[in-house]
Amino acid sequence: MKDEMNLKLLASTLDGITTEQGLKLTADIIPGEIDVLQVQAEDREEFPIYVTVDDSQILCVSYMWKEPEVKEGKREELLDALLTMNIPMPLSAFSKVGDQYIIFGALSKNSDVDDVAEDIEALSNNTMDALEILSEYLK
Amino acid sequence: MSILKKLLTAVRGAASDAGEAIVDTQAIRIMEQEMRDAKKQLNVAKENLTKIMAEKMGVEREVKRLQKSVTEHEAYAMQALEKNDETLALQVADKIAELTNELETQTALLNSYSDNVKTLKQSITTTERNIKSLERELSVVKTTESVQKANAAAAAKFSGSGSSLSSASESLERIKSKQQKRSDQMKAAMELQREQGDGDLQSKLKAAGIVNSESSGNDILARIKAKRAAG
Repeated sequence: MKDEMNLKLLASTLDGITTEQGLKLTADIIPGEIDVLQVQAEDREEFPIYVTVDDSQILCVSYMWKEPEVKEGKREELLDALLTMNIPMPLSAFSKVGDQYIIFGALSKNSDVDDVAEDIEALSNNTMDALEILSEYLK
Repeated sequence: MSILKKLLTAVRGAASDAGEAIVDTQAIRIMEQEMRDAKKQLNVAKENLTKIMAEKMGVEREVKRLQKSVTEHEAYAMQALEKNDETLALQVADKIAELTNELETQTALLNSYSDNVKTLKQSITTTERNIKSLERELSVVKTTESVQKANAAAAAKFSGSGSSLSSASESLERIKSKQQKRSDQMKAAMELQREQGDGDLQSKLKAAGIVNSESSGNDILARIKAKRAAG
């Protein structure tokens, strides 16, 4: 019977691994009101991926930029670009919480560690791609 | 107001004026309460559904019993007529009329129960979907809160202030220069490898006599003369 996906299991399995596409990961648990797993890819430490597990899903979130960082007059184009890019982007999706733009991936709580690693890898690559492509809209 | 609408209102309301912390703890409490209420509603609806389904089964049984009774009495009436007992036949017919009226009432009741069950089931499905949406949003909002707290703690530790960290553009630049450095290092290593490798190859070729060690001027002149003579 499969072990229920939990943060500790993820932390111990992901810490120190290299993904299929060569990303070296480190993983630590941040204790808090809900425990959050912080995953960092080598060279991309400034964009950690935060993972949480609850009754319904495993959520992976990365924070991109905040509203004040968007160039004046470029917000509409930026939002349009984000919406358009959602489909071709594998596994992840863009979203916003308050004034924080984020990128996230959600997996079934029945997923295994390989699935989560794959999602994290995609998330990290997508974050880099998005930042590159959308940098013209940012200050 | 639908749950999703309430949710959007709560989340929008949470965006602060300073544009700094975007998560309002109060908004989280409200959302959690909404979810608790929704879950309670769901349980009540499910209990109601069970009760109504049980009652419906009771009415179904009654309808079947009445249908059977009507059929039986129709048979009795037939028999009475065959015996030419009009009086008896009429009495049975009265009974059938009574039974048929009752059957109509119960059938109408059964239909109404069936409709109720259908509506309740739909409402339960919708509520369950709404609750899942709420859970998703709460998850993201709570994660954001946890992360912000962790970031603030880290920033305070290193800079002594709760200042926000660098912009996405700055971070991207730093990452790109790290990657460039790594890629340059790799390129340099590869070139070094190639040079050394080539040098090795050249000497091997010379040793095997495949490549002349030196082309002398005389050799070249002789070659050119030969070409002229031939062409």
